[in-house]
Amino acid sequence: MTDRDTAAGSGPDDALLYAYAVARDADLPEGELPGVAGAAREPVRAVRQQGLVVLVGSVPAAEFDQAPLRERLEDLGWLERVARGHQRVVDAAAARACVLPLRLATVYRDERGLRRMLAAGRSELDATLDRLDGRAEWAVKVWTGPGRPAADGPRPRGSGGSGRDYLARRGAERRAREADRLRAEEAVAHVHAALLTLAEEARLHPPRDARLSGRPGRNLLNAAYLVRRERTRAFRSAAGAFADRRDGLRVELSGPWAPYSFVAPRETP
Amino acid sequence: MDDALTGPAGRLPAPPPPPGASANLADILERVLDKGVVIAGDIRINLLDIELLTVKLRLVVVSVDKAKEMGIDWWEHDPALSPGTRRRDLGAENERLKARIAALESQETQGSQETRGSQETRQIRAAQETQEE
Repeated sequence: MTDRDTAAGSGPDDALLYAYAVARDADLPEGELPGVAGAAREPVRAVRQQGLVVLVGSVPAAEFDQAPLRERLEDLGWLERVARGHQRVVDAAAARACVLPLRLATVYRDERGLRRMLAAGRSELDATLDRLDGRAEWAVKVWTGPGRPAADGPRPRGSGGSGRDYLARRGAERRAREADRLRAEEAVAHVHAALLTLAEEARLHPPRDARLSGRPGRNLLNAAYLVRRERTRAFRSAAGAFADRRDGLRVELSGPWAPYSFVAPRETP
Repeated sequence: MDDALTGPAGRLPAPPPPPGASANLADILERVLDKGVVIAGDIRINLLDIELLTVKLRLVVVSVDKAKEMGIDWWEHDPALSPGTRRRDLGAENERLKARIAALESQETQGSQETRGSQETRQIRAAQETQEE
């Protein structure tokens, strides 16, 4: 089997095959996603095999072959275009069927490579589709509020006090901060536990880095919940109820996402 | 035909605006770069190797200081990168080398004793022979 090697010698204007998502053939009977443009603004079509369907688009080798791809991924503008295109296709498909989103930039030389992948991964893809069918991912982030002014650094007022006063003040501030932290942790645990009762599974992702969130407050919880379709309403209203809380925490809900966070089975530690 | 499009299960009731259109870039990148099915393509790109992930995007996808806490510790299982593995390997290697050195030294000692011994024997013989003459 040297077809990969021979295919690698293809010309620069050859198209490569960008694979977006896998679904069940029967769930996506239409051959194309009408009006949905892919990562390179290309039309998206379906490749079918053994009851599975992969949504693919033809993308230029000049951007998606190994060397240019490596380079382009460093270009945030390009990356954003591709990431949004990828998500657009996955999202459009997820509105119609249970889909398994593939990792960004899963690219094949031709349909043969794609079909080899489908044949090799069929049983695992099948099992994952079984596990995720009828469910969607909802993302919940909890942020601290802007923070109490008293908790941020020593206050200039009372700077004339004695060393002992100063230490007492610092001690009180430390205790207040600690109490705030504990309260926030308890509140987050409460939110998480409540949402978990309405979800089948949850994944805790690393909190969003404060430098990139571009907003005040710390990201305390960055979680994904796998929610059955019939529980969507209950889950959304529960998350919505937390959004109105008055203790300074902000609870944000987004979704439904394709089950990005749940394609891998839960790790058993 | 429309029935076929709705699919057998009826799908989500009254879907809210899809995240694809409105989600912020960090939310999208967090998912498309770091989650989803990892399956071998013909174009081999390990997203973890891409340099930008070590700088700006890694902060989006994984805040590095939290990565280990969250169990993302692939570098610890990579023998080329893991100080722990390297230390263990070095320790084992050290033991092997010590054993080898000891073996060589004992051989050399034996060897040189033999040599010395035979030299002495020869010298003694030579001395005996000269004495006999």
